Amino acid sequence: MKNDAAILPERAQSIRFSECSGDGIKCESASVSGAVSQRACVYCGARVVLNPITDAFHLVHGPIGCASYTWDIRGSLSSDEEGYRNSYSTDLRETDVIFGGEKKLVAAIDEIMASHAPKVIFIYATCIVGVIGDDIDAVCRNAEAKYGIRVIAVKSPGFSGTKKTGYKMACNAIMSLITPEFLPAKTAGVNILGDFNLAGEMWIIKNYLRRIGVEVVANITGDAKVEDLKQAPAAQLNLVQCAGSMTYLAKQMEEVFDIPFIKVSFFGVTDTSDSLMRIAYAVGDKEVIKRAKAFIEEEKNRVIPLLDKYKKNLEGKKAAIYVGGGFKAISLIRQFHEFGMNTVMVGTQTGSKDDYEVIQHLVDEDAVILDDANPAELEAFMKEMGADILVGGVKERPLAYKLGVAFCDHNHERKHPLAGYEGTLNFASEINLSMNSPVWEIISQGGIKNV
Amino acid sequence: MLELTPKKVSDRSTLRINPIKTCQPVGAMYAALGVHQCMPHSHGSQGCCSFHRMFLTRHFKDPAIASSSSFTEGASVFGGGSNLKTAIKNIFDIYDPEIIAVHTTCLSETIGDDLNGYIQDAKVPEGKLVVHTNTPSYVGSHITGYYNMISGFIKYLSMATGEKNGKLALFPGFVNPGDMREMKRLMKLMGTEFIMLPDTSGVLDAPMTGTYTMYPKGGTTIPDIRDLGNCEMTLGLGELTSEFPADFLEKKCKVPYKTLPLPIGVENTDAFIMALNQFSKNEVPYEIEEERGQLMDILLDSHQYTHNKTVAIFGDPDTVLGMAQIALEMGMIPKYMVTGTPGAAFDRKAAALLEKFGVEGCTAKQAGDLFELHQWIKNDPVDLLIGGTHGKQVARAEDIPLVRVGFPIIDRYVHSYMPIVGYKGAIRLAELILNALMDRQDRDCEDEDLEMVM
Repeated sequence: MKNDAAILPERAQSIRFSECSGDGIKCESASVSGAVSQRACVYCGARVVLNPITDAFHLVHGPIGCASYTWDIRGSLSSDEEGYRNSYSTDLRETDVIFGGEKKLVAAIDEIMASHAPKVIFIYATCIVGVIGDDIDAVCRNAEAKYGIRVIAVKSPGFSGTKKTGYKMACNAIMSLITPEFLPAKTAGVNILGDFNLAGEMWIIKNYLRRIGVEVVANITGDAKVEDLKQAPAAQLNLVQCAGSMTYLAKQMEEVFDIPFIKVSFFGVTDTSDSLMRIAYAVGDKEVIKRAKAFIEEEKNRVIPLLDKYKKNLEGKKAAIYVGGGFKAISLIRQFHEFGMNTVMVGTQTGSKDDYEVIQHLVDEDAVILDDANPAELEAFMKEMGADILVGGVKERPLAYKLGVAFCDHNHERKHPLAGYEGTLNFASEINLSMNSPVWEIISQGGIKNV
Repeated sequence: MLELTPKKVSDRSTLRINPIKTCQPVGAMYAALGVHQCMPHSHGSQGCCSFHRMFLTRHFKDPAIASSSSFTEGASVFGGGSNLKTAIKNIFDIYDPEIIAVHTTCLSETIGDDLNGYIQDAKVPEGKLVVHTNTPSYVGSHITGYYNMISGFIKYLSMATGEKNGKLALFPGFVNPGDMREMKRLMKLMGTEFIMLPDTSGVLDAPMTGTYTMYPKGGTTIPDIRDLGNCEMTLGLGELTSEFPADFLEKKCKVPYKTLPLPIGVENTDAFIMALNQFSKNEVPYEIEEERGQLMDILLDSHQYTHNKTVAIFGDPDTVLGMAQIALEMGMIPKYMVTGTPGAAFDRKAAALLEKFGVEGCTAKQAGDLFELHQWIKNDPVDLLIGGTHGKQVARAEDIPLVRVGFPIIDRYVHSYMPIVGYKGAIRLAELILNALMDRQDRDCEDEDLEMVM
């Protein structure tokens, strides 16, 4: 084991050097008390999945913080409704904690209904709601009866698991919303699961599918509207993108609506092309297969020469990855490979054992693999492995910059769409701009050496 | 954008829409980051710590370090004692801070965790410290959490030894590192010896060095916090933020205190400088007089562009009051003043300010939110918005320029390095406000009215 000083003893099982074998990495468990974890909570997981439903009202039942921190932060774009970009909360106060918050929740729903006509209200129950004994199921039932709309409880106290538990709570809420009384007849269309339309990525993918002749029934949940979501059971196939959050929903939809699913990824030329072909074959229409082949050929011819221009700047550089889900990490490793870059460190917040096995096969023998890492570990391994760029989220950006390492946000704060062929170009452009910015020259002039 | 905001203001006594506050723990975390070699510790669910770090990182564009007790189902039933015990051990073992500053969360408060007891029972290595404060998220706001944490440090550490140190204790209010730097600069110029708590300069505006240190050079030191008890007097800047810890220090260590508004604008900065003058008995140096004179010059040169312009100000209570003061000094009318932080003192102070300037027809509201402010603006618009990033939706919807001041500002850079306090800060505010109004004039005027010289 290297870098002993930076690793909590309890954390040793969550860090693997790729050459290690044995039982595999310890993951999908609660964080160690006292660790400076980069991980979020159950509520966060539930909220990020449901938030992109643009015409839903998202009412946070609890003290103000949870509503403040999740107000319009996701970067999920909408083609129409903007209601989801507001922050609604019951802002529980001390008296509510003592006497219960149910009355306040009922009144808050009434106040929403007094001036708006939402089709669905999601009620997020945060940490203390269960502890103070609020029966939010009853409140939701009564509100549904009173107003004839869907009012769905999302029980997401932060302590009740990891962010992944929150994804499940969100998936349950979606199932509750879209399950019809009678199953509709199947159409030729597909659903897209696990794209949140960050920077408009859902639109890119929908456009690709349109080009190869595949109709999209429902977007889950990027740029989604309630009425469209309710059509989802009619689809013949589910495409699962963010596998970490949506495999659970896909499995439920398979069981209840008889919709099979395939996992897809639209990060990088290889994964995008593979995914489009797999979709075409899964749909099974000869015309679609033909069109997919032609489309991929056309796009590759357009994009690869452009990527080659970046490649001379990127080849041989070392990448470090710290992202939410394992599936995205895998896609990124492949993408860096396409650019001629080597991934030397890779970590996730919520990756599964299967994900880590795949990762281990994709990276070099001496690469470092981490589950639920903290800043000290990220720092130690980025330095040790000599990473040129870190791909991560909001909390990792200033860390990378302090170390003099380039950075690309592949999370809520991504600046451009990073999915599909366009996204690959954007990604190459962004990491090229960051890694080869004159800023590195300037900061090294003062005697500060780059890592 | 925000087309869901109806013009008609309806009764809304329970639903909070688009808040101008957040919860206590993030304020406590910010205060603890202003102590040298301190690890802020969030005693609650994991998400709290993660959200707060994210929130601070987005504002300061710097790493915000903190650890969490990482509550599980078990902890929520049996209490978080063992989580905290494990956390304290782990933190000292691996992150090696000098001190851990624990704050609670809504969850640990609701289940009734006894932090005093837990900390007494904890194994703390020789020479290391653990302090705590209670920050129930359902009381007050992040401002409350900020001053509770300051008081927590005082409670555990500050001592009156009987020997005065000749220093001024300064509580800076809920301000940026850039403001704290400016306060320190002014105190040094005035020849005032001081101890400032907290001091986030050198922590959340730490320079880029090519190495990452968990504990940058800045922050109030532990010996200084202990020595607060020996100060001659306390000056609390930001009356609604700093009175509580100033009063706490007086009760504990008999250090008399005085509070003043945040030194935003001419009169408030004058009051700050005069307080330093009275304390140190030193003459005001020419350097400060010169800055004040420059500010006068600027206000005079530009007064035609600001006179009678209406402005809506939202944010933290002391910041809003300070910004209203400078707006009034620039001849502007602070038509709406809104803070999310509850407390009737805000309304009283705002009313007194308006009376002092003889301005009528303005509205001030504590425990308000941006949704309501937006409705007021729809009914009776203003020329300018002043506040944090979250006002950008309203600014766009109503086509009003937004000057970003306060917390949080998550969509711009540099702001946390630059002061809004002192004469220098007032000069900067004058520039920001004038640029916003004059850019607007250039953008909106007819071709024939475009002026080259303004």
